[in-house]
Amino acid sequence: MSTDKIFRRVVPAISAAAFIAIAAASTAATAQEAQEQYFGIPSSRVGPYSAMGTGYYGGIIDYLNYVNMKGGVNGVKLTYDECETEYNAARTVECYQRLLNKGDQKMVVFDTLGTPGAYAVIGRMAQDHVVLAQYGYGRTDAADGRVWPWVFNAAGHYWGQIAVKMNFIAQKEGGVDKMKGKTVVHLHIDTAYGREPLPAMRQIAKEWDFKLIEIAIPPPGLEQQSQWLQIRREKADWVTFWGAGSGMNSTAITTAARVGFPREKMIYVTFGGAEEDMIPAGDAAKGTFVAANAAPGRDYPLIADILKVVYGAGKGNMQNPDRVGTVYYNRGVGAAAMWIEALKNAQRIHNKVGKTVNGDEFRDGYEALDITDDKLKEIGILGMSAPFKMSCAKHDGSERFKMMQWDGKKFQILTDWVAAPDPAFIRKLIEESAAKYAAENNITPRTCS
Amino acid sequence: MPDFWFFLEVLVGGLLSGTMYALVALGFVLIYKASSVFNFAQGAMVFFAVLSFVGFMELGLPFWAALPVTVGLMILVGMGTERFVLRPLVNQSEDTLLMATIGLAFVIEGVAQLFWGVDVRRLDLGIRDEPINWVMDKTGMLVSQLDVTAALVAGLMVAALALLFSHTKVGRGLRAVADDHAAALSIGIPLKHIWMLVWATAGVVALVAGMLWGARSGVQFALVWVALKALPVLIIGGFTSVPGVILAGLIVGASEKIGEVFIGPYFGGGIEGWAPYMLAVLFLLIRPEGLFGEKIIRRV
Amino acid sequence: MLYREAGQFRTSYAQDSQIFPLRQDRIGIAILLIAAVMLPFVANSYWLSAILIPWLVLSLVALGQNILMGYAGQLSLGSAGFMAVGAFACYNLILRIDGIPFVVAVALSGVCAALVGIVFGLPSLRIRGLYLAVATLASQFFIVWALDKFGWFKNYDPAGVITAQPIVMFGHNFATPREKYWVVLAIVAVLALLAKNMARGSVGRGWMAVRDMDVAAEVMGFSLLRTKLQAFAISSFYCGVGGALFAFAYLQTVEPSAFGIDLSFRILFMVIIGGLGTIMGSFLGAGFILLMPIFLNIFFHTVFGKAVDATITSALEQVIFGVMIIMFLIFEPLGLARLWQLTKERLRLWPFKH
Repeated sequence: MSTDKIFRRVVPAISAAAFIAIAAASTAATAQEAQEQYFGIPSSRVGPYSAMGTGYYGGIIDYLNYVNMKGGVNGVKLTYDECETEYNAARTVECYQRLLNKGDQKMVVFDTLGTPGAYAVIGRMAQDHVVLAQYGYGRTDAADGRVWPWVFNAAGHYWGQIAVKMNFIAQKEGGVDKMKGKTVVHLHIDTAYGREPLPAMRQIAKEWDFKLIEIAIPPPGLEQQSQWLQIRREKADWVTFWGAGSGMNSTAITTAARVGFPREKMIYVTFGGAEEDMIPAGDAAKGTFVAANAAPGRDYPLIADILKVVYGAGKGNMQNPDRVGTVYYNRGVGAAAMWIEALKNAQRIHNKVGKTVNGDEFRDGYEALDITDDKLKEIGILGMSAPFKMSCAKHDGSERFKMMQWDGKKFQILTDWVAAPDPAFIRKLIEESAAKYAAENNITPRTCS
Repeated sequence: MPDFWFFLEVLVGGLLSGTMYALVALGFVLIYKASSVFNFAQGAMVFFAVLSFVGFMELGLPFWAALPVTVGLMILVGMGTERFVLRPLVNQSEDTLLMATIGLAFVIEGVAQLFWGVDVRRLDLGIRDEPINWVMDKTGMLVSQLDVTAALVAGLMVAALALLFSHTKVGRGLRAVADDHAAALSIGIPLKHIWMLVWATAGVVALVAGMLWGARSGVQFALVWVALKALPVLIIGGFTSVPGVILAGLIVGASEKIGEVFIGPYFGGGIEGWAPYMLAVLFLLIRPEGLFGEKIIRRV
Repeated sequence: MLYREAGQFRTSYAQDSQIFPLRQDRIGIAILLIAAVMLPFVANSYWLSAILIPWLVLSLVALGQNILMGYAGQLSLGSAGFMAVGAFACYNLILRIDGIPFVVAVALSGVCAALVGIVFGLPSLRIRGLYLAVATLASQFFIVWALDKFGWFKNYDPAGVITAQPIVMFGHNFATPREKYWVVLAIVAVLALLAKNMARGSVGRGWMAVRDMDVAAEVMGFSLLRTKLQAFAISSFYCGVGGALFAFAYLQTVEPSAFGIDLSFRILFMVIIGGLGTIMGSFLGAGFILLMPIFLNIFFHTVFGKAVDATITSALEQVIFGVMIIMFLIFEPLGLARLWQLTKERLRLWPFKH
């Protein structure tokens, strides 16, 4: 038979088979033990954000396997399914829907690693009873738990982050009063994510009397000549960098080197400053400051144990084990640790120790997160994540960050957990924004006692 | 610094960036000139080429050994593309071929990530991406060494290829094939060899472009998108002109940077993304085939 | 045996100009429509929200692209940009005009997209072929930039996204996936019928004349200006309506970068693989492009499971997707619609071979 004929017969046959396969896969009731808690993981392992995705989700999966190897959560083993989103909003929605149900269990938590995905699914959480566990990204005003009962952000959000950074700058300059007359440039990717911190920044600029210049980089940002020449012309004192994707992040450093702007006056955002962003820039990256909500390092007891137990048994998820302990990996481990603590809380609160929980119960468990230093020590991540406590109205984490500096080979952690100088001001901004959203969408905020 | 010098600095920076765009566009022009195919996979080829180069070096090959190995690999990729993608589609419409190259782009991107992984890597060419000191001292302008080197390399490649096309037997064969396959075949020009040669050359050009861009911005997936920067260059210069590519690159680079720095702030910035395309559209309205492109004569 | 036109005589002009002249075709379409309407009662919510609704919406956009590329022969890479115009227009209309019925808002947003399409279609009068394709990229980048940059479009939302309002018509809130599906089905069915009619009428013939040889068409008396701009306008209308439905019935929260160039490419694939210049092709192509990555994803996860690193399977999915596209173009350049046509022709002769 000619290839033509083969094609003409085979394609419809395969299409029919595919159709049936998908139908089967989506409606199949997988024989599942009632003792396994299911997690749906929307990973992004290919495309421009793959370095980030493989690290973060690798960390999550390693932790889930680790917990399983240690006996599960009160005997309940954890199981997960992955779905590739390519960091694309529409694919994230599709993955969300595909991962939602497994057999007769529904997934209880969803983590999109990024703002576009978070926004795409955020409206479905209340309907589907799934927790959106943002971890250092996403919708900032979800910190108001009265308007967003199903959305959390256990690591700091962007408004807190920029306040901490401005404080750091002020410290370096010798005090808030020394900020008068200085010029700070907010160099950002020309999207909503890049403009996130601006409302808070503008307010701070007004209060501290320094000049704030906003310069946008159109994606993909492989070329930042014009932006940096402008920065040089404005004689900026500091640059807060808010980029996305390693191309943009490392190009900023190399271009800064090219125009002679000192890297010691650049502060990167948590999503722009990881090893994957510094390494391609080579020596030029030395001295760059980065804020961190999860500190990198391999000597935290949990990370070291994961290496020993999970990688020792050959079950590690990272293709390159050297990436264990990097910024994104630890961030993933931190995120997963919060899931498991929430799970433990849920089991405890609803008298389901040793059994699986559903979305509502998990939500209660996440809201009851009270991560103290002792608890962090117990998990093995004291110093890697900051302590915090959630509540009905307060759905954000500690809002504390560590400042670190790249020394050419790794990040040196400079400070302990630094809080924003005026948390009340930020909380006010958040509540205003959440109230506006509630009004526009006819949501009655719940009352928290 | 006084405004004039700043303007000059932005201009020079823009011109130099433009040559980098031209280098990427050169790959497109080569293939289009010889086989009338718009190779959308050029961006993916740039990425794959430099990723393989860095990958080979990581596997232990020294710089000067990895280079010919990667060139060999790109030649294979080019030949494979010609044999498996283009030859079966030889008489199809322009749109079909365009789509096939987009599909090819997916394949190459996937294969690149499959073989070499998704880690971001750096490439050190030994030329520092820092200002040239004597220019700095004399005029206060910042001109990067890497940029100047890239511009020289781009210029050399364009000159070499232009000479190849106009003065050598192979070049004449290429032009004949582009004009009319059947006629070229009938006078004995080996079609398949010519096409393989063209694709191989395009692969080499992709490698050079990839190395320079990779040295500047790191070797990572985002390199695939430099192709999008090269498209306005192609339009303005004409799809079939090798010298046109350099001139168009200079125009695009300069206008883009000057536009962003001096006009951009009025719009809140970020116009670099679409300004070159708008410029290209305006150019096309005056000269629909680009500055040096071949005039399309349609018969009724 | 069953699918024959023997015995069906057309005795009036009305009968002669039917869209579906064969009785079997009419019955088939009727059954299909009834099945489509009844589907939500059997399908689960995953199928409705994640597969059927996006399939219908993207088919509509592919239809628009097909009108422009397939019928009128203008190569365009800006369909996602017009989708964005439609989505944001619909959001703003519902936001700023109280009580506007959803269908009216959708129609008006289609008109907005059409107007934008006319503006960006003007270069087509001078530029053709690949140059036009790259020129349409200008519209794609500019539109997304403008929607992102000027906060008015997003009602100054601090996060830069718009949250689609609920679909309210005749006082009823179409909130469940089932109801959304029916709304989308109704709109898509009506517009698809209109498109089929247009395609075989004088409008469509004008487009095809311009596509095949525009100089000759002009000589014959077709105004190239009107025909080409009309094609752009109608195509953008469809893309705009599709974009509005994409935002309101599928994604719910939308930011401008969701309508990027990769979406434009996907639509282009749908049209080419489905079949250029056919209405059926838009639906088939949309189904293929939508389902293929899902199928590959499920296939790899079931077959390899946790045995193979997920990064490798994701990369393999991309490779296979590209290979499938190339294979389709090599073996059936006229697309899935042609395969369907061949099947119909075999059916006509069935049970005989020839």
